[in-house]
Amino acid sequence: MIKAIVNISLKAGVLDSQGKAVHHALDSLHFEGVKDVRVGKQIVLQLDTDDKAKAMSDVEKMCEEILANTVIEDYDIELV
Amino acid sequence: MKVSILQFPGTNCEYDTQHAFEKLGAQTEIVWHKSETIPEDTDLLVVAGGFSYGDYLRSGAIAKFSPVMQAVSSYAKDGGKVLGICNGFQVLTEAGLLPGALKRNDGLHFISKHHTLKVENNDNVFLKKLEKSDIVNIPIAHHDGNYYIDDEGLKELHANNQILLTYCDADGNISNPNGSVESIAGVCNKEKNVFGLMPHPERAMEVILGSDDGVKMLEGFIESC
Repeated sequence: MIKAIVNISLKAGVLDSQGKAVHHALDSLHFEGVKDVRVGKQIVLQLDTDDKAKAMSDVEKMCEEILANTVIEDYDIELV
Repeated sequence: MKVSILQFPGTNCEYDTQHAFEKLGAQTEIVWHKSETIPEDTDLLVVAGGFSYGDYLRSGAIAKFSPVMQAVSSYAKDGGKVLGICNGFQVLTEAGLLPGALKRNDGLHFISKHHTLKVENNDNVFLKKLEKSDIVNIPIAHHDGNYYIDDEGLKELHANNQILLTYCDADGNISNPNGSVESIAGVCNKEKNVFGLMPHPERAMEVILGSDDGVKMLEGFIESC
């Protein structure tokens, strides 16, 4: 069994309105030194395989096809 | 003229859309998302608004894998006319039938109000009854209506007259409710047979309900058949 953790966030050049709002809230609460905030989402998959290479290529395919919208989002996959 | 209207779990504008097109004299049929075909005599296929699959993952993301979407893709690729309204626009971008993507509104709020729009291009069946720079008053109701496209894609939209409508104020000056790139409210594909917009022309069919500017838009399709 392999656990895949997929982190999805808006691409660097795409304005992240939620991140901006959270940053603003942190400023209002006087948390200093926060330079940037990006809000993303995490999808955790339990995969019925022990083959890491296969798991990685399967999850990459899932990201390209549905989990992320690559027009606006980047994804990052971590296997544990 | 026959208008087929797609219905996913969570779609909620299919009957308004049906009413609007029937008012203009079209025959209509509602097509459930599990159908693997669309009616053969379809002249226009509408992907109606709503919250398909509860907007889970991303608006329109799950709907693109519904059985009916394969038929929609082939219909569009064969030159069939497709119109996506609101969630329908999101579904068509997710399915790759229209360029760009719809993000969360910049202000993070769901916006539901009448908004004026400027006609940017009318060399297409959808807006041919309107003139360039005409201003129409059409309701918007969305949370994820912030249109995004990269610089290269934007250049292409301009080069091919694919920008249909932009948000403006009553005098035609840019007024951007949701943060869309260049205030874009609707686009079409390069071949000009697939159309998508966030505003709801089917909700602007009666003066007594605020505006009947939607009539001229939907009539373009009726006249082209």
